[in-house]
Amino acid sequence: MIRSIWSVLFRIETALVLGLMLSASLHAGEGISASRQQDLRNLLIQDCGSCHGLRMKGGLGPALLPSMLRDKPAEYLSAIILDGRPGTAMPAWRPLISPAEARWLASLLLQGELQ
Amino acid sequence: MISPRYWLLLCLLLSLNAHSRGTGDMGVLIERGSSSLQIIETSGNTSVNRVVGLGDLSHASVVYSRDARFAYVFGRDGGLSKVDILSAELTARTMQSGNSIGGAISQDGRLVAVSNYSPGGVKVFDADTLKLVADIPATFGADQQRSKVVGLVDAPGQKFVFALWDAGEIWVLDMTDQSSPGIEKYRDIGRNPYDALITPDGRYYIVGLFGEDGMALLDLWNPSSGVKRILPDYGKGEKKLPVYKMPHLEGWAVAGDLAFVPAVGRHEVLVINMRTWQQAGRIKVHGQPIFVMARPDGRQVWVNFALPDNDTIQIIDTQKLAVIQQLKPGKGVLHMEFEPRGEEVWLSVRDEDRVEIYDTRTFKRTATIPAIKPSGIFLTARAHRIGL
Repeated sequence: MIRSIWSVLFRIETALVLGLMLSASLHAGEGISASRQQDLRNLLIQDCGSCHGLRMKGGLGPALLPSMLRDKPAEYLSAIILDGRPGTAMPAWRPLISPAEARWLASLLLQGELQ
Repeated sequence: MISPRYWLLLCLLLSLNAHSRGTGDMGVLIERGSSSLQIIETSGNTSVNRVVGLGDLSHASVVYSRDARFAYVFGRDGGLSKVDILSAELTARTMQSGNSIGGAISQDGRLVAVSNYSPGGVKVFDADTLKLVADIPATFGADQQRSKVVGLVDAPGQKFVFALWDAGEIWVLDMTDQSSPGIEKYRDIGRNPYDALITPDGRYYIVGLFGEDGMALLDLWNPSSGVKRILPDYGKGEKKLPVYKMPHLEGWAVAGDLAFVPAVGRHEVLVINMRTWQQAGRIKVHGQPIFVMARPDGRQVWVNFALPDNDTIQIIDTQKLAVIQQLKPGKGVLHMEFEPRGEEVWLSVRDEDRVEIYDTRTFKRTATIPAIKPSGIFLTARAHRIGL
C-alpha cells in the first residue's frame, strides 16, 4: 500500500518535472523546428521591423526594446502578437503564428536576442 | 624628365575620366540587412559599387539631386545621408532625429525635407551641406502633442506637403522664404493617414486613411476649396482583413483617366476615375496590395503584397481592368522600380537576398543581382519628377 502511494507520488513528481521541462523548452523555442525558428527570427526583424524598426527602436509602432518591456509579462506580449491591438495598426498574427511561437517571439523581445 | 605641368595635366585627365559617364541609367538599391546600398546601372543591368555605414535602413527611401549625381538616403534611425553615386562616397551625413520615415527634395533642388516620427515633424536641410534650414514640429491639439508625419512630397511653388498620422491633418509648407516658412493646415481630414501621393502634374495630393474608409484629396490649384473625401464607402460593411504591412502610395499608378490604389484590409486594387473622383472599379487580387505601380506607359499595373502573400506579383492590364499575369519571384518581394521607359522592372526579393530584373513584355527574368536583404530600388529618373 505504502509502496503504491510512493509510486503514485513519484509518478506525479515525474509528470511535474517533465511538464516544467516542457514549458522551459517551449520558452527556449525547442518545440519549434530550427528552420521555423530561423523564419520567425527573420519575420521578427524584417516584418515586425517594418513598423517597429529593424533594431526595435520603434517606427509607426512603438519601440520594443527590453528596457521598455520590463513590466510586460511574456503572456501579455504574446497575446498582443496573436490578437493584435484593435484600433491601432497592430494586426492579429494568429493566422500566421502559433501560440507557442508567439510566446517564443515574446521571450526573444524580452531578452533582446534578435540576432 | 617629365615636367610638373605634364603631371598636372595627366592628373586632371585621370580625374575627369573617373567620372566620365552620365548618371541617367544609374540608381541605388537599399540593402537593409547591412546598412548599405548598391549603386546599379540599367544599361547592362549590373551592380557597380556599394556604399556602407548608412544606419538602420528599414523603410529607407531615396531622392536625387537635380543633376542626378547625389542620392539623399532617409534612414529609419533619423540618419540623412548624401551619397555621390559616381564616386561611391558618402559625402555628408547627419543624425537629424530619433526616428524618420521619408523625405523629399524641393522644386529648385536646394532643399531636402525629412518627415520624422520622433520627435514628430519635418526638418528642412540645405541640399549642399545638410545644414538645418527649418524645423517644423507637427504639433496638434490643446496640449500641443506631436504627431508622426507621413506622406511627405514636394510640390510646385517650392512647397512640401505632408500628413499627420496622429492628428488627421494635412499641412502645406511653403519654403519660398527660407527664413520665414509659411504653413497652411487642413484639419479633420480623416483618421490615421498612413501615406500620400501627389499626381505627376503636382496638382492633387491624395492621402490614404488607415483608421477609416476612403481617401482625402487636396487640390493644390484650388486649396481654398479644402480637403474632399473620396471613395468614402468602398467595401463598407465588409469585414477588414488583417494588414501585415502598411500599403504605400508613393508611385502614382495612372493610366489615362484612371488611377489605381491599394485597398486597405481588402484583397483588392481600387480604380478611381480622376475626372469625377468616383470609384471606377475594384479588381480582386492575390493578397493585401502594398505597392500598386504603373509601368511608365500606363498599360500595365504591377502589384506586390503583404505577408503571407509577399512571394507573388500580379500584373493588371489597364484596358481590361483584370489580372493578366502572376509571377513568383521569391520570398519577400518588397519593392518594384520600372526603368524610365518601362521595358524592364527591378524587383527586390528580400528573404532570398537578390534583386530580379524582368522584361515587362515577356514577363521573363533577364538578370539577377545578389543583395543583402534588399528593399527599396530608386533610379535616377526620379530626379526630374514632381513628388519623387
